Formats: sequence, C-alpha cells, structure tokens
Amino acid sequence: MIKVQNLQKSFGEVQAVKNVSFEAADGQITGLLGPNGAGKTTTLRMLYSLLPPDSGSISIDGIDPQLQPLRVKRQLGVVPDARGLYTRLTARENIEYFGQLHGLTSDQLKQRIAELTELLDLDEFIDRRTEGFSQGQRVRVAVARAMVHQPQTLLLDEPSNGLDVMSTRALRHLLRDLKQAGHCVVLSTHIMQEVAALCDQIVIIASGQVVASGTAEHLREISGCPELEDAFVKLIGTEEGLLA
Amino acid sequence: MMHGMQIVALKELRDSLRDRRTLINSLIMGPILGPLIFIGMLTFITQKEVEKAQETLHLPVVNQALAPNLINFLEQQGVVIEEPPADPEQAVRDELHDVVVRITEEYPEQWRAGRPATVEVIADASQREIGTTLARVKLLLNGYGSQIGSLRMQLRGVDPQLIQAVRVRDIDLSTPESRGALILAMLPYFIMITLFVSSMSVAIDTTAGEKERQSLEPLLINPVPRWQIMAGKLGATTMFSLVSLALALIAFVFFVGLIPASNLDFELNLDWGLAIRFWYITAPVALVAASLLTTLAAFAKSFREAQSYMGMVILIPMLPSLWLFINPVKAETWMMWIPLLSQNVLVNQIIRGENVLAIWEIISIITTLALGFILAVTAAKLYQRPKLVFSS
Repeated sequence: MIKVQNLQKSFGEVQAVKNVSFEAADGQITGLLGPNGAGKTTTLRMLYSLLPPDSGSISIDGIDPQLQPLRVKRQLGVVPDARGLYTRLTARENIEYFGQLHGLTSDQLKQRIAELTELLDLDEFIDRRTEGFSQGQRVRVAVARAMVHQPQTLLLDEPSNGLDVMSTRALRHLLRDLKQAGHCVVLSTHIMQEVAALCDQIVIIASGQVVASGTAEHLREISGCPELEDAFVKLIGTEEGLLA
Repeated sequence: MMHGMQIVALKELRDSLRDRRTLINSLIMGPILGPLIFIGMLTFITQKEVEKAQETLHLPVVNQALAPNLINFLEQQGVVIEEPPADPEQAVRDELHDVVVRITEEYPEQWRAGRPATVEVIADASQREIGTTLARVKLLLNGYGSQIGSLRMQLRGVDPQLIQAVRVRDIDLSTPESRGALILAMLPYFIMITLFVSSMSVAIDTTAGEKERQSLEPLLINPVPRWQIMAGKLGATTMFSLVSLALALIAFVFFVGLIPASNLDFELNLDWGLAIRFWYITAPVALVAASLLTTLAAFAKSFREAQSYMGMVILIPMLPSLWLFINPVKAETWMMWIPLLSQNVLVNQIIRGENVLAIWEIISIITTLALGFILAVTAAKLYQRPKLVFSS
C-alpha cells in the first residue's frame, strides 16, 4: 500500500516533480502513465528512497522512505530504469548477490532462484555471463533480482522497454499473478496499450503533475473520449512523447 | 548470514578476478614485470662491466713507430696493438672503435728533450659504455709515464718520491651490502608505485565503473547501509593491493637470487625475512591508496574521467621517494609521523642494514592507518550523497 501526497522535487532550476499525489493499493496494478520527461522516474526514485523529496510525503506500508530507508528497501522490489547487470557475473550470480544483500541464506536462495527461473523462464541463460544478453533477457534477470526476497511491493520503471512480444506477455502474466497474490504493483510507462491491458488504476502524469487518475473507465468518462488513447491525449493536452 | 560488507567484498573480488584488464594490471604487469625489468637491466649492466674489465684490450695506435718503447710496454701489459684506421676521429665518431691512441709527430723530439711527450687519446666520453675501456687505456698510459719519470729521476740521483708530496690513500668504508643498498634505494619507490597502481583499476571499476554500467542504482536499493557497501569495495581494493605487493616482493627476492653475486662488488641484501618485514611495514599504505582512489573515483562520472584523475594521483606516492632520492637525510623520529614518507625511510634504513627503532615502525603503521581511515570515512560520506548515483 503506497500513499503519496503533494510530492515535489527540483534539480536546480528544473522542477521535475511539481505536485504528485496518488495511492496504490495492495492486490492492484497501478500504472504511472505519462510522456517521456513527465517526472515518472523521479517519482519512483523518491519512492525507493534514493532521492529525498523537497516536500510532500510518502508512505509505503506505513513507512517513510527517508526516515527508514533500510526498512523500506526490505519491503520493495525495484526494477529501475537502469537495469545494470554485472556483465562478468552469470545471471544466477547477479540474482544471488542481491539475495545475499537481502539476507537470504544459501538454501533459501537456491530454492528461490529455482522458482524464479521457472516463473520467468530463465532456464536457457541462467548460468551464462550476462555480457551480450538481449534486452529481454536483461529485463527478466532484473525482475528476478528484484523479486528474490519476495517483496510485498514491486516498483517497475518502464518494464517493457525494449521487450519483444513474448517477453512482454510473460511479464504481464507474472504481474497479474503477483496482483492475484495480493501484492502492490506500481509500474511507470509511456505505452498506452500496456496500461490498458494491465492496470487497475491509472495515474496520468504530465510536466511533473498528476492531471487525472482512476480506472480506465473513469478516465474515458471524464475526458468524454471513448478511446483510452484519445482520453490520454486530451488529458495531458499534447501528443508529445506518446509514440516511442 | 554474512555481513553486507563481506558480501560486497567477495562479489567485487570475484568480479575483478574475472576482468582481464584488472588482472593483468594488478597482478602481472605491476608486481612481476617491474622487478624483472629492473633486475634484468642490473644483471646486463654489471655483466657488461665485468666483461669489459676482463677482456683483452684491442687498441689501435697511430704512429706506432714513433714510440717503440711505449708500444712494448703496452704489449707487455697484454694489450693487443692494432693498425689504426685512416681517420681515427671519424672512426670513433662512427663507433668503429671505442678508443684510438695517437702518438703525436712531436713525440720523439719532446721525448729526447725530456719534455712531456704528447699522446692523444681519442674517444667520445659521452658514450657511457666505453667508460671502462677508456679508464683502462688512461691508466696504462699514466702508468708508463710515471714509470719512465721515476727512472729519469733515479738516473739523476733524485729520489722519485720527492715529486709525490702528498699521498692519498683511499679508505672506503662502504661494504658490499651498502653498495648494494645504493642500488636497492629505488625499492621503496617501487613498492609505493605497486601499491597504488594495483588498486587503481579495482577502485575505478568498483565505483566509477559501477556508475557507468548503471549498476550502482540497483545495488543501492538493497537494504544495506551505504557505508557497508563502500567498505566492502574498499576491502576488495585493499586486498588486491596487498596481494600485488606480496607478489612484487616475492618476484624481487626471486630475481635478486638469480644475479650471479660473485661477479659483483656489491651484495643485494634482500631475503625472505626482509621481504616479509617490508610487506607489513608498507601494508598500511594499501588502505591509504584504496581509500584515496575510491574517493576520487566516487567524484568521477565515468571510467574515463576517473582514469584521468589517476595520472595525477600516481605522483603522490612518488613524491616522498623522489625527495629522499634527491635529498638523502638521516632517519629521524618526526618522519615516522608522515605517511608514505615514513615507509620510504624505514625501508631504506633496513636495506642499508641500519638500526630501526621499534617505536618508529609502530608510529608509522598507526599514523598511516589513521590517514587511511580518515580517507575511508570521506569516501563513505561521498557515498551518502544522492549525487553519487544521479550525477549525469
């Protein structure tokens, strides 16, 4: 359960996040939808405690990330914008490293990696060094790495960037399973279809502000557009950054 | 369950050991190539000197007929007199001959008149490799001169010792060990460079490299305090540096053992016991090097930027060594309070077989570890900044 209120963040002159508030419930997939540069990544970085907000409040299962960063990190599984795998380590070693840092024992790790390998279909390359992995393979390893400690809340920054159709399908399947199991899933994306296909709740962010939020149904209603895509364009007031 | 620091250190060691560039830089180039080149050069030079001093001297002489006695004398001394080249100066310039002797046209006349008879020695003194030959030729000619001079004095009933108003007697207190120490004086310099160079690629790779590969952000999302992550990286870097130093010292002792000692007039006083002593005296510098390099690498945005800092950093360990080289001073207690300088002084003292107080070693180790610790804390502080991750 995530609650964000009146979040603001500037870098020098640039106001990256002006006013962002939303809630993401457990057992739901929440999509942060917005064009490139809207402030989605900055918002997520504040959620996983790496950036301190200038003002506003964040609560993740009742924890403030700035006050208790270590506690919040234990609750969270994060697939950041930068997947950043270690190319000289195998996929398994990459996942193991993060598992160890989360305090998992080697028995727990072995079992967990077996589950994740099955779940994310990593079998083919789990023991290969990640040097030269395709984008899809890298994302799958990054997702496995983020989920190794079975976090209650999952944050994914543009998870389907660069994924092929099959990988995207597998990922969506996985996220739906997590939702069914009662996890809180938040993903950022600029791809309309992704939101339409996946999200229970949509938060539209443009120029650092939440311009609308609610279910797809609700958004169509308030914009008066029968198509979600048109609704989106109308709500953010521009077509910029939509197609990428 | 392992400590966060330990997990990070083990991962970084494994990662670095798989990186061929780091491996070659830290564990092969630095520690083994350096001693090999140094000792190889030393052996080559000394062997050449010995050969030149012992081999038969072939000496081209111009106008041999003008000084038959001198030629006789030289031949008695074992010199092989050769026919001179047409143009002696050009021949020396062209390096066809090391030294050519010319008996001048005035020689017979001067000789008969009892005036100093002129003999010219043609050589290029800027060619260092002919030094031994040139000295031998001059020694022979002077020897002949004073022998004839003494004979002339005696013929006139004068004691030849009269012209030697002062006799200089050399009493050289240098021992083979201390002459060897002169050669080993560059060892501390070498040790310092090894410590810094070997930590360089690991320090850059674990900090600036991690930033560049964008793996730092995911890493920092793990529930481990940042200082522990930094300390783990620092630990791995220090380990690399210590292992390189050990390898370098092993290589040094091994290669020194290969030099044929009997040929030399010096002894290289470097055995396993000393190597171990040098290792623990200079080991604290590894922490200083690792923390300093990690701090700098934390400032850099990319691998390349970090590397550009390193060229300047490498000057730091060189300064005390160079200072001592230019300005050799007596070891004093205050020097032990200055990290890097103290190790230089201590290693030099030990090589020269001079006394080293136990308190000196203790002060040196403590002050150096303290500096390393301060730098490590600085690096940890830098790791706390959000800027570390999102600088670009």
